Amino acid sequence: MNGRPVRKMRKAAGKTWPWFLLVCVAALWAYSLPHADFDFGRKAGENLGSFLVEMASVLPPMFLLVGLFEIWIPRKVIERYAGLRSGMRAVPWMILLATVQAGPLYVAFPVAIGLWRKGCAPRNVFIYLGVFSAMKIPMLTFEVAFLGWAFSLARTLISIPVFVALAIAMERLLPRDFRPPALEEPSYGGDGRGSSSPEEKD
Amino acid sequence: MISLWIITGIALLVSLAADRSKTQSAVIKGLKMFVGVIPLLLGVLAAVSLVLTAVTPRMLEGILSGTGLLPFFSALGVGSIALIPGFIAYPLAAVLRQNGASVPVLAAFITSLMMVGVLTLPLEARYFGWRAALLRNLLALCGSVVVAAGMAWVLG
Repeated sequence: MNGRPVRKMRKAAGKTWPWFLLVCVAALWAYSLPHADFDFGRKAGENLGSFLVEMASVLPPMFLLVGLFEIWIPRKVIERYAGLRSGMRAVPWMILLATVQAGPLYVAFPVAIGLWRKGCAPRNVFIYLGVFSAMKIPMLTFEVAFLGWAFSLARTLISIPVFVALAIAMERLLPRDFRPPALEEPSYGGDGRGSSSPEEKD
Repeated sequence: MISLWIITGIALLVSLAADRSKTQSAVIKGLKMFVGVIPLLLGVLAAVSLVLTAVTPRMLEGILSGTGLLPFFSALGVGSIALIPGFIAYPLAAVLRQNGASVPVLAAFITSLMMVGVLTLPLEARYFGWRAALLRNLLALCGSVVVAAGMAWVLG
């Protein structure tokens, strides 16, 4: 008995399940076309459609910006403002960077990896993720409209120290030499060495 | 959304004016990252749309209304699993409040909704690895409880 075939199957399953789910939703939606009373299929299709529109409208420019960031922003700059020795001074920068963005949390992952690669301290990467998840300005305007200033302000002010504490906890709980796998993957913009981009010799 | 495209366009033009080949490698890098994540992203979005369809706002109103600890923990659970876009979540939260949902329940729902993403875990793990992704979501869940408790303390 060796674990090879099992591992191979798991790998194949890991690659095919997204397509399987996608086909499922598409099939449900297609079935609802001639069957008008099949609400589930129609709604699932519409939901997927709106997610795809959101993805197509946010992700391409976001990834282009990440690409430009990788090429143009010197590692020194990020290290100085958000590196391991930046301390609490980095917090306002992370908040500024995260609040002006829009979109679902998965948009922030590639940006976070880009920051990490440029020497941003892990805790600051996680502060960025936290702030991005809960304090984007476009979303806050929505929150104020529906739940009022008091709710929104209280939630935001309480959230900031919580995010900082969580990020510090993350940094402590992860191994000291932890590196996100995406840093090492060339297809994710990594260069195989995972440390710095080639243009950083200057 | 439009401002994001405009900013990206301006950044690209400035970059092009400064250095053509650098810009080219930046665009290739960005597109490669985008294309690499598309399959997984499509799968996650398909899963999210199925769950979002199965769980109707009316069901959530039933689960999250009322007082006590049960709606609070349901709010955390639903918020963690679901990935509800803001334009649905906030109107829903407003309805919940009208129906008598308490501040901590609303805060727990909104905060966990935004910070914890069980359905997007595969995506997060692709970038950060399973260990860091699970840890971040677990801590974010604890953070949601803290934020909700703080909200209850401040707003009553």
